[in-house]
Amino acid sequence: MNSEVEAAVADTFREEWGRIVAFLIRMTGDWDLAEECAQDAFAQALVRWPRDGVPRRPGAWLTTTARNRALDRLRRRANEAVKVQEAMVITRLAESGDADDDSGIGDDRLRLIFTCCHPALAMEARVALTLRTVAGLTTNEVARACLVTEPTMAKRLVRAKTKIRNAGIPYRVPPPQLLPERASGVLAVLYLLFNEGYAATAGTDLVRQNLCAEAIRLARLLVRLMPGEPEPEGLLALMLLHHSRRGARTDDAGELVTLEHQDRGRWDASEIAEGVGLLETALRRGRPGPYQVQAAIAACHATARTAADTDWVEIAALYGELARLVPSAVVELNRAVAVAMADGPAAGLVLVDRLEAEGALPGYHLLPATRADLLRRLHRDADAAAAYRQALGLASSDTERRYLERRLAEVSGPR
Amino acid sequence: MKYMLLVCADASRVESPPDAGEPGPEESPIDAWLDAVRGIRLDGSQLLPPSDAKTVRVRDGETLLGDGPFAETKEVIAGYDILECADLDEAIAMAAKHPVAKFGAIEVRPFWPE
Repeated sequence: MNSEVEAAVADTFREEWGRIVAFLIRMTGDWDLAEECAQDAFAQALVRWPRDGVPRRPGAWLTTTARNRALDRLRRRANEAVKVQEAMVITRLAESGDADDDSGIGDDRLRLIFTCCHPALAMEARVALTLRTVAGLTTNEVARACLVTEPTMAKRLVRAKTKIRNAGIPYRVPPPQLLPERASGVLAVLYLLFNEGYAATAGTDLVRQNLCAEAIRLARLLVRLMPGEPEPEGLLALMLLHHSRRGARTDDAGELVTLEHQDRGRWDASEIAEGVGLLETALRRGRPGPYQVQAAIAACHATARTAADTDWVEIAALYGELARLVPSAVVELNRAVAVAMADGPAAGLVLVDRLEAEGALPGYHLLPATRADLLRRLHRDADAAAAYRQALGLASSDTERRYLERRLAEVSGPR
Repeated sequence: MKYMLLVCADASRVESPPDAGEPGPEESPIDAWLDAVRGIRLDGSQLLPPSDAKTVRVRDGETLLGDGPFAETKEVIAGYDILECADLDEAIAMAAKHPVAKFGAIEVRPFWPE
């Protein structure tokens, strides 16, 4: 096997898988058939391309091969019991030409993405379908990415596809009146994928670590398919700006390094530049949204030369804007941290105490942990120690528990 | 595709029909909705309140008849509508327009596939 050809197949796979599957689903309405025929086409490529050379238009070659395969299988099925509907599908598919549309307009993949992320599907089903059908991960890889066994994932995928068929979930890009709401649902799935990958530390399954790259790839696709839409651009910018810090997030021992202590020389400058550029493009469109605001916050961190140079006044204002767009106690807690950095710990503590008085975020360890840090900075050691203990009672990750115990020892130790 | 819309509302809002001779409301908000689903509504009706319900169980070959709804819940089924829609999005859009959606809930259930 020629390694150059193998690389060509792999490249084409990333680019073309979703397009071919999406096209076949539109033509046949049969998700399993679409996936199986796309898979067959790539298997054919691995046999034929080393012998005959890589075709001039690999995508068109694969689409035609997959389409012919689908036709064969439908005709064979139809012979057993000819059904009017199947005959119609065969005619439509046979007349579809090589279905090579590079314009992006009417791209089948956009239909596919919106269908996979339909709100009638459970979130875990949306994630699984997007990874399998749009991104082309194998069922085994999707299972590993979602931390479940392969049979469990296979069942989840079957159930999701059955639900699409039985509940009548439409295969289309939603009409304008539904588009903003549905698009934000798609962005939520992509951001969840990204965060799953971002939370995966070194040593965990590579497939899981690669989820960040996969989410970025899908976000790039969405930006291309929805030109002029600022929120997909904002999300892609946000992902790139977070991803730029990936290499600096853990030390040699694998311990988490907080933002202020990270070696900024290890941040990926090209990802930061691309993220900032994308964010500027998005903001110029004059339609702000939660992902653009979060990207703007990430950009404040990414462009600060040192931790001390961080523009906390701007960040606090941006969190205020975010809280206005999507009110939530977690956003409010982050705003409190930014306010504490901009105006001092006492100002931040007022906001945290208000959250606590409202009974917000019960059981969320970062609320007492934040309160403890602010009290420590105000030298109220006894109060800080009590809050650290409260946070320790709630924190579940070992890394975070170690951090809290270290701080607790600091404020309880002899001075 | 066929969808069943189960119209659910707080038990206190599910009334008995007016006595004969007693005037009903002039024009209820349901009329506007019935206009909106003209042509796709196959069937539908308001139901008598759960206090008029009987529950039937057969255990060990014996038919047991009970009063009232199967389970005591605050939200009860007040009525139903069967719609023929192009897809789930259309069914959801129609459910959202139903007047009871403003204070109760409309459960949208696809029919079992044929």
